[in-house]
Amino acid sequence: MSALNWHGIWAIFHHEMTRFFRTIWQSLASPVLSTVLYFVVFGAAIGGRIQSVEGVEYGAFIVPGLMMLTVLQQAVSNASFGIYFPKFSGTIFEYLVSPVGWIEVTLGFVGAAAVKAIMIALVILLTSFVFVGVHILHPFWMVAFLVLSSLGFSLLGFIIGLWAKSFEQLQIVPMMVIMPLVFLGGAFYSASMLPPFWEGVAKLNPVLYLISGFRWAFFGLADVPVGTSLFAVALMVVVCMAVIRWIFATGWRLRE
Amino acid sequence: MGAIIEIDHLSKQYGSGTKALDDVSLTIDEGEIIALLGPNGAGKTTMISIICGLVVPTGGTVRVGGHDIRTDWRGARKLIGLVPQEIALEPFEKVINCVRFTRGLYGMPPDDAYIERILRALALWDKRDAATRELSGGMKRRVLIAKALSHQPKVLFLDEPTAGVDVALRREMWQVVGDLRREGVTIILTTHYLEEAEEMADRVGVIAKGRLLLVRPTAELMGEFGKKTLNIELDTPLDAVPGDLADRGVVLTDGRHLRYDYDTRAERTGIARLLGDLAARGITVRDVSTRQSSLEEVFLSLVSEDAA
Ligand SMILES: Nc1ncnc2c1ncn2[C@@H]1O[C@H](COP(=O)(O)OP(=O)(O)OP(=O)(O)O)[C@@H](O)[C@H]1O
Ligand SMILES: [Mg+2]
Repeated sequence: MSALNWHGIWAIFHHEMTRFFRTIWQSLASPVLSTVLYFVVFGAAIGGRIQSVEGVEYGAFIVPGLMMLTVLQQAVSNASFGIYFPKFSGTIFEYLVSPVGWIEVTLGFVGAAAVKAIMIALVILLTSFVFVGVHILHPFWMVAFLVLSSLGFSLLGFIIGLWAKSFEQLQIVPMMVIMPLVFLGGAFYSASMLPPFWEGVAKLNPVLYLISGFRWAFFGLADVPVGTSLFAVALMVVVCMAVIRWIFATGWRLRE
Repeated sequence: MGAIIEIDHLSKQYGSGTKALDDVSLTIDEGEIIALLGPNGAGKTTMISIICGLVVPTGGTVRVGGHDIRTDWRGARKLIGLVPQEIALEPFEKVINCVRFTRGLYGMPPDDAYIERILRALALWDKRDAATRELSGGMKRRVLIAKALSHQPKVLFLDEPTAGVDVALRREMWQVVGDLRREGVTIILTTHYLEEAEEMADRVGVIAKGRLLLVRPTAELMGEFGKKTLNIELDTPLDAVPGDLADRGVVLTDGRHLRYDYDTRAERTGIARLLGDLAARGITVRDVSTRQSSLEEVFLSLVSEDAA
């Protein structure tokens, strides 16, 4: 195989990031606003009653979940919209006739979507410092989980964008599947707070593993072993890449 | 000069069952300009789309600069620039960024001096900072051409480059194509205008119903189909064509009408002499009209010949 087309990757990445920076304030304002609202609602209202979860102040306890919630939302919507828009406007032909393969297109689009999601997550972390004191126990693993989750869900969003044939389809998967999984994945509570039966059900939810691992990096607390979390997110990245590779190899929904 | 595009027994049947391309073989030499003519739905866009990688063929092979488009697609695609039939541009992007983007996609390092050159050549330099949605249709088409040239391709596909472009601009585009030819770029264009093919192309290929019916040097084809017919309506009916006029190919269609076929490209068409001779014989002409066989007729005759 010939060498990767780095200029091509950069062109796509740069183009996607430019689109993001063109509307940087909108891109940042809404996640920051919703973070503040979550703190007011969950932190102040519920936190007043719960006080602490396994020794961690409730306001701080929800920070990893809140970041993860935003990362998954942003990663999926950025990546799915990023590739769907050229399909919609017809400019997708350029990617299909130029010397870029699935690796270049994926690195460009997914890389940009993941970087945007990570930037927004960090802004949320900074915002939360205003409300609570958050101490990060394992910064390296915190970054590792953040990057891997952003990548995994950007890859998933990219697949959704390739698959979608309309704006409705583009919205439906994030709305109907991803959001419920995040909420049920323990973003705002610990699975150990659930009755045993529901705790078992919750453990079938892949998002739980991400949030659990991420929370462990912050506080050293986890619903499932960290190794399992790491394996789950790495598996997601690998499976999504395989699917994208297959889509480009067969030209499914891309080439006649 | 050697072959740059080798199309070998190429076929395409779409999922819908339409056979859009049927066993087409064609070799195009480096530096050549070839025009593909054919009625709507003939398969011109399909052929271009296969070579460029948008459509997967159901049979046959294509090599561009010696690179097979399926197995060595990177090598093949680097050499190609495509101006698609349908205008598709990122609406909010600036003209100059669109062009830079394409250059990057093709793996070329930035070169703003070169991009300035093409934008100027295409009369787009003043619009370089405009968003593409603010441009007129003709300008958008020129942006597509600028994008296709951004990576200095050796082969350029122009799928109906002058559709929706005004007459003055059409001339300018022919100029651009002429400049590219001088730089040695091989150009494959499709058009519905015989005039355009005549003006620009070295060879003309005629496609109908997915078959490549013929490929000929333009001059040869124009000679063959560049014939015109002169119809002369007479004041008083004649019984026969006066002797020596018949030798020149004049025929009497009915008593009041004479017909004369001539070649528009010949140095002397013989029209003035014919009219002079008629006057000298005291034959009064009431009216004259001419008719040229249209492209449509050319297609029809070719297609019916083919069916026979
Ligand atoms: N994506 C597609 N799916 C199914 N059939 C198609 C598709 N694209 C083209 N066709 C069919 O293939 C045939 C050839 O179409 P093509 O676009 O290649 O013609 P063309 O020569 O470019 O015509 P025009 O002069 O109108 O641009 C037509 O019958 C068309 O309906
Ligand atoms: Mg066409």
